[in-house]
Amino acid sequence: MSLLAITDLHKHFPVGKEGLFGRPAAWLRAVDGVSLELERGETLGLVGESGCGKSTVARVIIGLHSATSGSVRYEGVELTTLTRREWIPYRRKMQMIFQDPYASLDPRQTVASILAEPLAIHKLGRPRDRRLRAIELLEAVGLNPRHVHRYPHEFSGGQRQRIGIARALALEPDIIICDEPVSALDVSIQAQIINLLEELQERFQLAYIFIAHDLAVVRHICQRVAVMYLGRIVEVAARDELFGDPRHPYTRALLSAIPHPDPELERTRERVVLAGDVPSPLDPPSGCSFHPRCPERAEVPDDRCAREAPALVARATGGARLRACHLDES
Amino acid sequence: MALLEVRNLRVRFEMYHGTVLAVNGVDITLEEGETLGLVGESGSGKSVTNLAFMGLLPTPPAVVAADAMHFEGRDLMRLSESELRAIRGNEISMIFQDPMTSLNPLLTIGRQLTEVLEVHKGMTRRAARKACAASLEDVGMPNPEARLDQYPHELSGGLRQRVMIAMALLCQPKILLADEPTTALDVTIQAQILELMKDIQAKTGMAILLVTHDLGVIAGMAERVNVMYAGRLVETASTGALFARPLHPYTRGLLSSVPTLDSDPDAELYTIPGQPPDLVDLPAGCAFHARCGFAVDRCRDELPDLERHTDPVTSEARFSACFESKNLAAFVKNAAGTDDATVDATGGGRP
Repeated sequence: MSLLAITDLHKHFPVGKEGLFGRPAAWLRAVDGVSLELERGETLGLVGESGCGKSTVARVIIGLHSATSGSVRYEGVELTTLTRREWIPYRRKMQMIFQDPYASLDPRQTVASILAEPLAIHKLGRPRDRRLRAIELLEAVGLNPRHVHRYPHEFSGGQRQRIGIARALALEPDIIICDEPVSALDVSIQAQIINLLEELQERFQLAYIFIAHDLAVVRHICQRVAVMYLGRIVEVAARDELFGDPRHPYTRALLSAIPHPDPELERTRERVVLAGDVPSPLDPPSGCSFHPRCPERAEVPDDRCAREAPALVARATGGARLRACHLDES
Repeated sequence: MALLEVRNLRVRFEMYHGTVLAVNGVDITLEEGETLGLVGESGSGKSVTNLAFMGLLPTPPAVVAADAMHFEGRDLMRLSESELRAIRGNEISMIFQDPMTSLNPLLTIGRQLTEVLEVHKGMTRRAARKACAASLEDVGMPNPEARLDQYPHELSGGLRQRVMIAMALLCQPKILLADEPTTALDVTIQAQILELMKDIQAKTGMAILLVTHDLGVIAGMAERVNVMYAGRLVETASTGALFARPLHPYTRGLLSSVPTLDSDPDAELYTIPGQPPDLVDLPAGCAFHARCGFAVDRCRDELPDLERHTDPVTSEARFSACFESKNLAAFVKNAAGTDDATVDATGGGRP
């Protein structure tokens, strides 16, 4: 059994109102049928452009948004139907690290109190034990334990991100959802945080859901990668398969759009530049939602892409990798 | 004569908690039609350098000084505010990182675009509107006529950045200062915008000064690169030579700490230890010495100047502000396993 299993998850947000108390004028389909599995100790990458729904998936998993439909199971237990009180023990098991280390720490709390708060909420230990735990956590993330009485503004961006990581570790979770944990950091600091996340994973057997738009970072840290486009998953594969042999035209375009820090390669390689923008999730295109931008659409006969949404399925020949595309795979 | 020539630019900010030494002696030469990359981390002074050319820093708190700041032979430091205004947006244009906050949300796209031509070219609004629609079409905007009557919030990030570029290009500037032009955009949109900037440059021959922290963007766009650290240039070279043979330990650290699509994904990432220095309280000697694996005693007391080196492969003149650059060159060469003997190797390399 998977540690976490998400099946056909939908999250639709109401937009506008018809009349004062009327029904919503439209539904924004942020997550539109996502299925994923996460094993203990693994890192699953969730990539896609802004607005593709990757952060919404994370928020539904962790219970910050309720699901519109579909299921989220943690060790076989359905989470979407739990009451607030029933949720509490599962919150301990799943923690989150946020993108912006400046906005995700309370500026009026000391580091000691930031790190002890999760323990206090879950009524773990006495105040003295919590203080000791805070010191232990600071050491685990490579910060000076003597700085435990400082405030967030006294730390740099990279150090604050370490505090955010320490806070996520406080309750000894099984899963940490990292929502763009390094994209606000400078390159030299980014590498430090990635190495720290990898070290902590090994030490505490953590499973990560790693949400990012930087595919080079994802390739470095993830074992499996799911690519999202407009609320749906278009491809899931093991890291080397996905990067070595991308099967979905959108994955190919994403990989091709990344600039390489290698001037010779940059000047010579062929690049797929996608036309246009990501369509609005308020009014997604018919059929495959990628079809208006897809460079390979002409290869599918009868304009099937515009009519019929492809399902996320394995190849006819089997194998673990999944893809949602009408293109012939042979 | 270079299009833009800046010698020994210094910018400091007099703040309540002390003096922030944001730029501490930077030289920049920009030739016609070239793309010069300016790389560095946040706080390295790259954006402040850009704003200083344009006279856009608020004084106080900023104090700007330079030995020379010439644009086509005109001394930018001696120009009056109205003379500067005739250059800004006309001969030198700028695009900023965040297309949402750099457009006025209360005015239509058309109003904001036509203003540029009315002010700088004295056009009537009707003529300006026509020119603006053409300019939007040039930057690949679908239905340009209709866009003129829309407000910024009605456009996506990529389209807004296209509006910013169209606006910057309206007067056919000689220099485009692009400060992180694609950082706020998704990769597929970034690819579109970068292609667009290249196309326009090929057509008009404008020079681009591209400020970014993304080494991948620099690799694809710039012919030459300046690397900044703590308000100074630490290395400058042609893009190919800089990426292949960095002579400054900071450049080398930056290049190796970025994961790429062809690096070994299972190897631990190289990291530059520590944090960038506090610009209020810069360390003595080289600002990078505390984080540098090559540092020797001299680095702690003495500030290295940009020193000329000859690239062993391209034979170009390149500059690095490091006492150990020669050893670093030998180290990089040994690591690459070549036996090129043009670099005077003394000592060998420390990691």
